[in-house]
Amino acid sequence: MDSRQVVPQDDGVGKVHMAPPIREEIMGQWRRRRGAPSLDDVAGNGLINRRALLGRGFAIAGAVGAAGTVTGAAAEPLIDAPWSLEFGQITPPVQTPSPFEKDVTRALSNPNGEFRNSHARTPHHLIGGTVTPNGLHFSINHCGIPNIDPAQHKLVIHGMVRQPLEFTLESLSRYPLVSRMAFVECAGNSAPMFSKVPLQTTVQMLHGLVSNSEWTGVPLSMLLDEAGIDPKAKWLIAEGADAQMLDRSVPVKKAYDDALIAIYQNGEHLMPGNGYPMRLLLPGYQGNMNVKFVHRIKVVDQPAYSYFETKNYSQILPGGKTWRFHFVMEVKSFITHPSFGLSLKEPGLYAISGVAYSGTGRISKVLVSADGGKSWGEAALQGPIHEKAFTRFVMPWRWDGQPATLLSRAYDDGGNVQPLRTDFVAQRGEAVNPVTTPLAFPNQHYNSTTSWAVDNKGEIKHVYA
Amino acid sequence: MSTRNVIAATALALAFGAGPAMAQSPGLGKPLTEADIKQWDIAVLPDGSNLPPGSGTPAKGAKIFAEKCSACHGDAAKGGVAPFYPALVGGQPLTNGIDTVKTIANYYAYPTTIFDYTRRAMPYNMPRSLTDDEVYSLTAYILALNNFIGQDDVMDANTLPKVKMPNRDNFIMPYPDRL
Repeated sequence: MDSRQVVPQDDGVGKVHMAPPIREEIMGQWRRRRGAPSLDDVAGNGLINRRALLGRGFAIAGAVGAAGTVTGAAAEPLIDAPWSLEFGQITPPVQTPSPFEKDVTRALSNPNGEFRNSHARTPHHLIGGTVTPNGLHFSINHCGIPNIDPAQHKLVIHGMVRQPLEFTLESLSRYPLVSRMAFVECAGNSAPMFSKVPLQTTVQMLHGLVSNSEWTGVPLSMLLDEAGIDPKAKWLIAEGADAQMLDRSVPVKKAYDDALIAIYQNGEHLMPGNGYPMRLLLPGYQGNMNVKFVHRIKVVDQPAYSYFETKNYSQILPGGKTWRFHFVMEVKSFITHPSFGLSLKEPGLYAISGVAYSGTGRISKVLVSADGGKSWGEAALQGPIHEKAFTRFVMPWRWDGQPATLLSRAYDDGGNVQPLRTDFVAQRGEAVNPVTTPLAFPNQHYNSTTSWAVDNKGEIKHVYA
Repeated sequence: MSTRNVIAATALALAFGAGPAMAQSPGLGKPLTEADIKQWDIAVLPDGSNLPPGSGTPAKGAKIFAEKCSACHGDAAKGGVAPFYPALVGGQPLTNGIDTVKTIANYYAYPTTIFDYTRRAMPYNMPRSLTDDEVYSLTAYILALNNFIGQDDVMDANTLPKVKMPNRDNFIMPYPDRL
């Protein structure tokens, strides 16, 4: 269509607007006049050069403004809303989300408190940015959440040390605390994707067992040095104060790399379900090793083969061999917007957005495809890009109303690439038995690409592309 | 030293390794002896380190199991009470698929894991209420049910670590460089 011939359309009720494809013709013309980045496709099915976003958010915002100018659209007359005509609510001591946000909640595996473990999954499709709000951070509890009095809680370091030591929340708070961003991910996150058939469910149910926070605490290396660790020591047994005294073996090497005894989460003391009053933080390592309610660290020369490292958080490979001490959560990304449950209302411009992270380093690149992986465009990464933490990616996309399949693929600065699903299951296998619920854990450490198929009505399905 | 100097010194110490960090650390830990920690010091290692005194037999374990464990794990540890309470006997070969249910028989690498987890976490509603002799007996009972020891074998700090689990040598470490 020749953009010079575009005529605003009257919708019959006094509002004049244009269908998005027409608006884009004008946008393109406007952008070319100002030397703005082109909205030309960089990959199939409408993916647009990310530089359309990178110009400090200028390009698309400016373009929409220009379209408005051209249409001269007249809105309905504005009136004062009821809430602007009265004195508002009391300002509370601790604020909670608007009542209109009541559906933005974690999904519970055990809502009635049956006598077993409980999982609460983060609603990634209903939140933005990279910091998971504390109330929505995922939580897994194998025997309930202990109600710990912080004044009574102790952290003991002993074993192969010169001098066993006991710390309290108060004494740790006097150390020079350090803060860092880090994701924590259950090794069983995304496990429903081991299913041979894609489960029709939300990104929350597929990938809700990962969250990202700023954690603040004391470097574990500092406390180990104060206790005087024996150079022959190779492992730590970290243990929690919960009913099971859940314990995991951690390499001393990791403790000296970047481990923290974390006492704050996004500026608040830890949430009870995330380890109050203190937890071990092992950035990039499987969530279960980030021992919550940590009360004891024993320095030893061999791993304990505790229940959780022996059974739950290790995996079976095709052919029957098994992996132990896998630890690292490998490079992964998933699209949160749009995704299953968030349908597209009309053709036009959209920002495809999601999160990427790697247990071995920083995200270096995220590619996005809108044609099921036939062609790829590079997404814009929102900085700062932290090591072993969420990075949000955004990819401008023009949906033409035809079927499209969206997927993202992350790369990290260690040269690791998120595998496509076909390649992943060729190496790690698929569940033999039908997976009937997203609450199941057919296996561990799943990190392939996730694909969302948009149909011509804008409805979204989970597919294996 | 001002707070800022402490932070600067700490940053330097972190940059240059453990030695300087030791010199500059606040040192606010309260000294303890291993005797002070004894009640908490329950982790048992696969070579048998830290196994307590005491002993038990499958026969004694069977009685304790019927009383304190079978409500969840089923008669003779066969499961079936609820999907989330596992059977403790038997198991399919791991070659059946990556989603094979992991059991003591088909998966565990060391018998000490059974002792350790039973002592720290079971019964689910009354953790650490079992005596060490009871834990030895329950461990012996489960091992005998799975035919890994004889019906009359006594389990103690000496005999338990010697029991070889079938899957022990079937593990691969994907990232040995990280240990």
